[in-house]
Amino acid sequence: MATPSRYVGTAQSRQDGPAKVTGAAKYAAEFTAPDLAHGVVVSSAIAKGRITAIDTRAAEAVPGVIKVLTHENKPRTAWLDYNYRDQVAPPGSPFRALNGPEIVYGGQPVALVVAESFELARHGASLVKVTYDEEVPNTDLEKNRGAAYVPPKKRSGIKPPPDPRGDAAGAFDKAPIQLRQEYRQAIEHHNPMEPHASTVVYEGEGKLTIHDKIQGVNNTQGYVCGVFNLKPDDVRVITPYVGGGFGSGLRPQYQLYLAVAAALDLKRSVRVVLTRDQMFTFGYRPETVQTVALGADRDGRLQALTHDAVAGTSTFEDYQEAVVNWSGLLYHCPNVTLDYKLAKIDTYTPSDMRAPGAVTGIFALESAMDELAYATGVDPLELRLRNYAERDEGEGKDFTSKALRAAYEQGAARFGWSKRKAEPRAMRDGRELVGWGMATGVWEAMMMQSSASATLMPDGKLELACSTADLGTGTYTILSQIGADALGLDLDRVTTRLGDTALPEAPLAGGSWTAASSGAAVQAACRKVAETLFGYARGMADSALANADFAHVTFADGEIRLQTDPSRKVGIADAMRAGGVATVEATETVKPSMLTAMRYSAYTHSAVFAEVKVDEELGVVRVTRVVSAIAAGKILNLKTARSQILGGVVMGIGAALEEESMLDHNLGRIMNHNLGEYHVPVNADIHDIEVIFVDEHDDKVSPLGVKGLGEIGIVGAAAAVANAVFHATGKRVRELPITIDKILA
Amino acid sequence: MNRFEYTRAGTVQEAVQALAADPAARFIAGGTNLVDLMKYNVERPGRLVDITRLPLDEIVAHDGGLRLGALVPNATVAYDPLVNERYPLLASALLAGASPQLRNAATTGGNLLQRTRCYYFYDEATPCNKREPGSGCPAMTGVNRIHAILGASDTCIATHPSDMCVALAALEAVVQVEGPEGRRSIPFAEFHRLPGDAPQADTTLRHGEIVLSVDLPDEDFSQHYTYLKLRDRLSYAFALVSVAAALEMDGDTIRTARLALGGVAHKPWRNAEAESRLQGKKATPETFREAADVILAEARPYAHNAFKVELARRAIVRGLSQAAAGTPQSQTDKRIA
Amino acid sequence: MLSDSGSSASPGTIPVTLTVNGQERRLRVAPWTTLLDLLREELDLTGTKKGCDHGQCGACTVIVDGKRINSCLALAVQKDGARVTTIEGLSSGSLHPVQAAFLEHDAFQCGYCTPGQIMSAVALIEEGRARSRDEIREHMSGNICRCGAYANIVDAVEDVLKGKSSSRSSSVREAAE
Repeated sequence: MATPSRYVGTAQSRQDGPAKVTGAAKYAAEFTAPDLAHGVVVSSAIAKGRITAIDTRAAEAVPGVIKVLTHENKPRTAWLDYNYRDQVAPPGSPFRALNGPEIVYGGQPVALVVAESFELARHGASLVKVTYDEEVPNTDLEKNRGAAYVPPKKRSGIKPPPDPRGDAAGAFDKAPIQLRQEYRQAIEHHNPMEPHASTVVYEGEGKLTIHDKIQGVNNTQGYVCGVFNLKPDDVRVITPYVGGGFGSGLRPQYQLYLAVAAALDLKRSVRVVLTRDQMFTFGYRPETVQTVALGADRDGRLQALTHDAVAGTSTFEDYQEAVVNWSGLLYHCPNVTLDYKLAKIDTYTPSDMRAPGAVTGIFALESAMDELAYATGVDPLELRLRNYAERDEGEGKDFTSKALRAAYEQGAARFGWSKRKAEPRAMRDGRELVGWGMATGVWEAMMMQSSASATLMPDGKLELACSTADLGTGTYTILSQIGADALGLDLDRVTTRLGDTALPEAPLAGGSWTAASSGAAVQAACRKVAETLFGYARGMADSALANADFAHVTFADGEIRLQTDPSRKVGIADAMRAGGVATVEATETVKPSMLTAMRYSAYTHSAVFAEVKVDEELGVVRVTRVVSAIAAGKILNLKTARSQILGGVVMGIGAALEEESMLDHNLGRIMNHNLGEYHVPVNADIHDIEVIFVDEHDDKVSPLGVKGLGEIGIVGAAAAVANAVFHATGKRVRELPITIDKILA
Repeated sequence: MNRFEYTRAGTVQEAVQALAADPAARFIAGGTNLVDLMKYNVERPGRLVDITRLPLDEIVAHDGGLRLGALVPNATVAYDPLVNERYPLLASALLAGASPQLRNAATTGGNLLQRTRCYYFYDEATPCNKREPGSGCPAMTGVNRIHAILGASDTCIATHPSDMCVALAALEAVVQVEGPEGRRSIPFAEFHRLPGDAPQADTTLRHGEIVLSVDLPDEDFSQHYTYLKLRDRLSYAFALVSVAAALEMDGDTIRTARLALGGVAHKPWRNAEAESRLQGKKATPETFREAADVILAEARPYAHNAFKVELARRAIVRGLSQAAAGTPQSQTDKRIA
Repeated sequence: MLSDSGSSASPGTIPVTLTVNGQERRLRVAPWTTLLDLLREELDLTGTKKGCDHGQCGACTVIVDGKRINSCLALAVQKDGARVTTIEGLSSGSLHPVQAAFLEHDAFQCGYCTPGQIMSAVALIEEGRARSRDEIREHMSGNICRCGAYANIVDAVEDVLKGKSSSRSSSVREAAE
């Protein structure tokens, strides 16, 4: 069967768009139920210690307050850590809300006030009096670096740094050009616009329907079943829309636990929505201190590379992400040593945040490469080309594809890189210094096991379904495009359903793997439907396709046609009639190829070019232009793909210039816990961003040749901005974010 | 948010009486800060007296200047033709602040009364002398990047967050208020106060007093002015440092100078000596630097906000340069003139 | 006339009349209920979003008596007699031009800030103060989009502004009157 690309690879508006622009799209906190009760969380005032008393009488005395759940009266839940571990939990003991009087981090939930209305619950929450025995919190990563350790248990799915190759220390000592610097990444919080929320509908007889803010409903289902000892058949999770995730919704968060506990306890539907401030009381991108040492010859060819990172984690889990691994594969270098350690602090466990590890590690590596460019007098782009890695030298494998060279070339051409003056402080626009910087980005191209169903309806419409989530990533639309092409249907005849545990299981929407994984599953299911239809068509009396082979037909315009003679054809509706069926349905499961994974490394790459204008005297940096050239295999939807990259770049600009969760180490508390004081980019911060997708044919990475786009847009963006700031000012800021004070310093 | 009674006042007298009768009562107008603070349990009024229907919503000519009714929304002031003609500094400062939505809701009187953005003040889990007198000030040894460098005390290092008030300080506006004991006029410099040993009081307004209007005097700084705001992103953020500069020029000589700083103190910061030193001088960077040095000589930074001293110094020089040159800072074009 | 919320012992609800999306609603609300919570929890108009509940994100933007405001900071009782337009009241049948432009320009991803962005853009167009891209950016800066769709949002707003330079659609005027 040939599947002509009528929709795949084109720009299509989002299928979920009309619901979103009219306000009809319902998010987790917007489902309701008869007799719905509302829960508001009381957060700990201290970061470390014990609750000595918790007085809920005033709250309970408020008419309309139903119950106050605390560690003293919360329902019994599972005993073993195992039951609390979700699909992406790092090694350790997952946090359990209301588990006991111990306080292990600032803002930890200490009570849930359940009331007849949101306002009553909020009022009740303000009346809960908690007395603590406070201990001195330990939240300063700097003070804990000395105690950093290699995590003894590896986090599933996260590769530890590869073994050293060559002799990095020796080669560094001999290198004519030596450069060693320390780089820092501040704590960042995801801050999706939709606060975390769970609406738990109590269906009676222990059955629950849950609308949870989660990047994959199966993770919520598994967690709830494990913790509350329920059967999967009794817990259905439905979340059709997710108001942004960026990783914050990969793990079930404590509002889910509290809402389910309250619903089961009260035998009543309960909704718990976190406040924006409480969005700062769980996962985040960890603070990380890194040292990069580059040894090179005089024309910039790398001889030695060491990259060490120490990242913060909680006292109860060893969160891990790939920070330094990128340095082993991005450039050709014979001597490489990479090291990644953790240090425990009294905070919640960090969590994956858009391109986890890569944002952090690539900022350091690509800043260091920029420093090497100036140290050797080699143009930064030329330096990358001189050190271009043709293979993954870290793992000793070929790449499934790597069109990074094309990304460099096309990005540079579009940006006008050749007009760049090499010297810092050499370009001006009026009073402002102008800086041009660039960086490389890289992210792993992954595929996960995924199932999907395809159902051809009696009216000729196609319904596709799987359980993964569309976080704004475009998944609804790209799956429909794949289905429409597979069966030759008009796109408006195809709908996709997502975010429901009743649908075939697909992975969490994360890691940029959804398009490759669920896309392949949809294609496989559609192929199965096509085979069934073809069977009916061929079996018809006097079939025009009587002797045809499935390999030689095309599905187009509602017909099955012989490729060599399109006049020999059978209508899909006729085929179904002949088969005596009203619908044709297939569910298929796809898996990544282990053989390919053993033989090849699969990565997306980017070349990011940024222009900044800096009012040096006042420390004001404006990012006036960005070109992001992406090599990510096949692009399914040019419109939503471009948006993915735009969004990544914007978050990268935030990381570069604005975002930082500030800990008061005396109190162990993040102090700027709101959107007024934790600065994410606003419209005025963002100017022209151009996105280029370079051709990259890849027949190995995934069945569709897709690599995924959720992360790659952000990787390298902060380094490109930081490098541009150096080019503009001659000042190297090695600590993100680059705020006014650091320009002035 | 706590429980409270809600009363709608029909006249100023009713409003004043309603507050006088109830020590726990507060006025509410736009609510953009009060409702915000109530949701954080920082403000817990027993009664809210809604004053939005009082006839205080006009901008009228007054005594050669303009009288801004206390209930005129910030956006209305910012776009008012008379304000833009006579007091463009005020319009510019307003447009540098908040967002279009907030400016539509926030009122002139309310803007005067907005409270600090100190993290600790907002977070009831932490001590704060302003919120709970005597409980302590963790900002002094904590995260104090946004805090005061001038005029702070041992009890409080919070700053006043308003942009509008910085312009009003430079323009020497007068605040008209009415209270149980009648009406009085408060010169702008005396309206906000320094924390001293009573940081809980932001202003000299007494309980029961209502702001009627803000009066702009008959002066002309419409040619040589600027509002220059420096912050952590290019819009919708509070000032780290801001400068309101207003000059009257004779050629390149400064006849009159007004200079107020935002983001650096518990109130819009003025320094009479610095202003008088500018007068009669040629408008040169050296002159401006000298004024900045006078103002910042008494600066007292903390662990994270020392940069504000240098930032303020440079912002003063730039702001005065913009004002002298008649090239005020645009609030939409983010290049700094 | 001083009107009171009722008995001082236990604060009761207060009668409030609002015209929401053209429909008069006679309601009794507690004084601490914000316009946002009233819309979402009582009137089931969940198109208006709660992103921060403190006027720091703009997701709750609605048009009240012709002006865009943050509904999270408005007490519903204070808006007695007001006309409120939410995202649900913007279109009937076909999309409002701003909604259509957002769809065309992919000016959103997750969709959560989108109703607020659209209400803000509708008001911006009616205000008539923003023309250049710089001005659109500044006048849309009260609406945070964490997915980072800003460039597309500016494209969408600019498109409608240009199309509307001669004649504004009646629905725009209705919504932002």
